[in-house]
Amino acid sequence: MYTEKVMDHFQHPRNVGEIENASGVGTVGNAKCGDIMRIYLDIDENQIIRDVKFKTFGCGAAVATSSMATELVKGKNIQEAMEVTNKAVMEALDGLPPVKVHCSLLAEEAIHAALWDYAEKNGIRIEGLEKPKSDVHEGEEEEEEEY
Amino acid sequence: MERLIYLDNAATTKTSPEVVEAMLPYFTEHYGNPSSVYGFAAANKEVIIRQREIIAGVLGAKGNEIYFTAGGTEADNWALIATAEAYAAKGRHIITTKIEHHAILHTCEYLQKRGYEVTYLDVDENGLVDPKAVEDAIRPDTILISVMFANNEIGTVEPIAEIGKIAKEHGILFHTDAVQAFAQIPFNVDECNIDMLSASGHKLNGPKGIGFLYIRTGVKIRSFIHGGAQERRRRAGTENVPGIVGLGKAVELAAASMQERTEKESRLRNHLISRIEKEIPCCRLNGDRVKRLPNNVNFSFQFVEGESLLIMLDMKGICASSGSACTSGSLDPSHVLLAIGLPHEIAHGSLRMTLGADTTEEELDYVVDSLKEIVAQLRNMSPLYEDFVRRQKNQEN
Repeated sequence: MYTEKVMDHFQHPRNVGEIENASGVGTVGNAKCGDIMRIYLDIDENQIIRDVKFKTFGCGAAVATSSMATELVKGKNIQEAMEVTNKAVMEALDGLPPVKVHCSLLAEEAIHAALWDYAEKNGIRIEGLEKPKSDVHEGEEEEEEEY
Repeated sequence: MERLIYLDNAATTKTSPEVVEAMLPYFTEHYGNPSSVYGFAAANKEVIIRQREIIAGVLGAKGNEIYFTAGGTEADNWALIATAEAYAAKGRHIITTKIEHHAILHTCEYLQKRGYEVTYLDVDENGLVDPKAVEDAIRPDTILISVMFANNEIGTVEPIAEIGKIAKEHGILFHTDAVQAFAQIPFNVDECNIDMLSASGHKLNGPKGIGFLYIRTGVKIRSFIHGGAQERRRRAGTENVPGIVGLGKAVELAAASMQERTEKESRLRNHLISRIEKEIPCCRLNGDRVKRLPNNVNFSFQFVEGESLLIMLDMKGICASSGSACTSGSLDPSHVLLAIGLPHEIAHGSLRMTLGADTTEEELDYVVDSLKEIVAQLRNMSPLYEDFVRRQKNQEN
């Protein structure tokens, strides 16, 4: 069902984890449809993504696209990171089954959400970046903000 | 050879060597059409009758009440559609449940588009149908009640005898999809007041592509497939003689070993359940603990997703299944898990393991050890688990 590259990234996901005091964090997707992705970005003063980590709840394709997306943005500047589209992620994985294409969209959205968070925190505007769509997961996020 | 642990016996089973052996001559030697006149072929008619008798014997039915079909799905389709047509003058209302197999649910949807009304009964948190709810749903125009004997996903065994009694008291036909229960649970169609029953060969170490519909004498039901006199004109087409012989053999073997096999399976099932509950935190057993198929184990593991779990188990040589959306190609998790009230994210993290006659305790111990490792690994990767741990830390502070 999956390509060798997808299986490789699922079995050995790159950049799993969290970044403390990350420059930007984005969580997208919802538990209802079974996929949630969270991306942490560490961005330096030259707007270069020094480090990136992810956590994903989802199927094999969701894990693999998260892993590949982090690989593709690592070391890039934020404008280059904006060019990492779902198509690019899919191509890098040698394709996904049609029912799993939405997973690659989620990976793109997760990166954009993390970049948005970074832009908000730093009061900057990133060209072409739009406010991420809210998701079902927001309720829990708010709960966390209480402390 | 790499290790293979097969825990998906509710999906299908291995055809037993005795069954294959019994079938083989009917491909190569006794290949005659049972409807032919010459003795060489006509002997197959007797062979088919013998298989009907074997099956009828297990159900407490008569041989001529067994109609061979191409499997459980066809039997379900037939029971619903042909009854609906035959009894349309009496009414157009059917009662079923929310946890039926799609062979029933999709057929009901088909009938709804053709002017029938269907009541889908709720189940409780363990998947049990309340017989009282069945009775309350009965209307003057109700023509059929169809409730599965045991659920294929969570293994819950329904109160079939009680529902059958209610159906009989109200003079309504009662059908049960017994694909998972037949030759797993001892029962009798008369004691349970069952009018129609669907079953399948490949769930009991028989061949695929063969099953049957039991139809009680006197039930007015129309022909389903037209074009010949086979199956008392109700299901035309040259009989699948090797399949029928294989089904007969499988039923004979399954019935003979039922008590011993299901006792062993229940013991192993309980061992698997208790180890998982003891050793893996944040899990939930789905389905009734007691009224349960002897070979079914179904768990939800919080914060992990089912397809990921299945792929990782597969890498360790373990075959299981999941109620996750990702395995079905839709975005919604299993209708059964939603019907018992599981939230979506928990339904997505479910795992079904169904034991077989060959399953060993050693295999199950290996499965639990692997599962512990895999669930921990996936949780480590899960943002839901991260949030959970953070919330817990907050509460402690």
